Amino acid sequence: MEDLHLEYEIIRGDMARAGEASAAVKQVLRKMGFDSDTIRRVAICMYEGEINMVIHADGGKAGVDIAPDHVTVTLTDRGPGIPDVEQAMQAGFTTAGEHARDLGFGAGMGLPNMKKHSDHMTIDTAIGVGTTVTMVINAL
Amino acid sequence: MRHSVILEYKKCRGCTTCIKNCPTEAIRVRNGKATILPNRCIDCGTCIRVCPHKAVKSVPDDLNRLQNYQYNIAVPDPSLYGQFQNMDDLNIILNGLLEIGFDHVYESAVASELLTDYLAQRPARPDRPQPEISSMCPAVVRLICIRFPSLLGHIAPVISPLELAAILAREEAARETGLLPEEIGVFSIVPCSSLVTSAASPDGLDRPVLDGAFAIRDIYRILLEPMKQLKGKPLQPLSRSGSIGIAWGYAGGEAQARERDHIHHVAVDGIDNVIQILEAIEDGRLTDTEFIELRACTKGCLGGCFTVENPFMAKMHLKRLMEDVPLCRNHGGPNSQVDEIVRTLRKPEFLPTYVLDPDRRKAMEKMALIQELEDHLPGLRCGSCGAPSCRAFAEDVVMGRANVDDCIFKVRERMQNMTGKSEADDYLPAPFRHRKSIRRIPGQSER
Repeated sequence: MEDLHLEYEIIRGDMARAGEASAAVKQVLRKMGFDSDTIRRVAICMYEGEINMVIHADGGKAGVDIAPDHVTVTLTDRGPGIPDVEQAMQAGFTTAGEHARDLGFGAGMGLPNMKKHSDHMTIDTAIGVGTTVTMVINAL
Repeated sequence: MRHSVILEYKKCRGCTTCIKNCPTEAIRVRNGKATILPNRCIDCGTCIRVCPHKAVKSVPDDLNRLQNYQYNIAVPDPSLYGQFQNMDDLNIILNGLLEIGFDHVYESAVASELLTDYLAQRPARPDRPQPEISSMCPAVVRLICIRFPSLLGHIAPVISPLELAAILAREEAARETGLLPEEIGVFSIVPCSSLVTSAASPDGLDRPVLDGAFAIRDIYRILLEPMKQLKGKPLQPLSRSGSIGIAWGYAGGEAQARERDHIHHVAVDGIDNVIQILEAIEDGRLTDTEFIELRACTKGCLGGCFTVENPFMAKMHLKRLMEDVPLCRNHGGPNSQVDEIVRTLRKPEFLPTYVLDPDRRKAMEKMALIQELEDHLPGLRCGSCGAPSCRAFAEDVVMGRANVDDCIFKVRERMQNMTGKSEADDYLPAPFRHRKSIRRIPGQSER
């Protein structure tokens, strides 16, 4: 059977609406009978990704592919790229601007959190071109 | 579960106002009338508030039920106290309850104090998920049960102060009067529909502990005159609660009570705000909060659909009454008893009302069909099909609850295909017709 594909547009700087895509995905997963732990992990990965794209990139796309036993979240942006992925993955490391930090974001926990709550994560990035983060969350 | 929210069939005109406001998408219009999907209704009372024809109502218990018992106890929710103007002695209200037929009064606020104490003193458990979510509002508890199963473990022990008060009051009265517990009637006086439902079908208890629930507006009506008569007369000292318990009547009061424990807390009221904050907890956005008070009604229980006074004014009245009451009067109360009651409480369970199919593969197939149909719907949320949104309609069609032809736009499409003419437009409501010459609305700019 084909995976179910969902896609959401993430708009740059729209902090107030970050979380909407995550909420929509949760609704779909719930209706498909996914267990609550899987839903929670997808939600956290989606939300952190949304925030990342709102803060760092010029917006982007969040794609969600749902298979009966796993969910794949693909976040694609046309942002600045990540110069040092290893450094970006460290808890607490941030390049978020003052504006984002004033709003309580940019604690340097986004990527580490995504890694923690997914079963598999890859980052494909090129300076000046953009970044694609792919996360796989296995369902019970 | 017996829902207290019902539709008065004759008054309903099928206007679709309720379907679009229902936070759980629990209403559809069929045959010109609203119908409530019982598995989705959380008795929050939103439809009661928005219905322009007053066709949705909640049915509390009838006061005649007092005659079934030898001894009757009133358990008033503190929101009752806020309904009266120029009141500075709580005992006038509580003695008034004796005048209208009750034999005794046991304040829900006393139980609120005991619960606050219990929650503060119970042993810490590192595996208890944070933030802890208040279980006071039954509409919120049921919302979590059907829509936020991952947060079920966050809910505080599911017993409301009204229920705890009822258990303690019945025991106390049986001891003092020598009557059997079943000869005693214990009735709550409540601000909203969800507390009527939970009195008969409690979420955390195996069987009801209240013999019924009366609406504040019904009690208010018959209480005014006796209260007037009582002014200046000697009163029984029935008020036993501290202001910490009375404050549970308004939004923020319960959270404030936890302040003594120096915990980070937040209070959220209004069902839409509640849904937003639950989403946020699920997304891991509220990690530094330890306790969350959630109330479905704006302004908390003072904003319930059974209240009489404007909730802002009611809060002022309530605060005035609290001035002369000590902060805390039940510190160190029957904690071992509360402990025992809480220990036997049921844990709230997931109610999979939204799950499309128990078989995930089949659910996926259905979801794919829903997505595809939704893509071909206009997305207007016009309500003409009787569903709250095109998405909900697509789901109804796939689940066999509706027919594609219930969508007026789908019908037009079919007619156009059949006749090959665009005259099918005539069958659409005015705002959706596409004409070359349109009649301008006076005052509309020519641009």
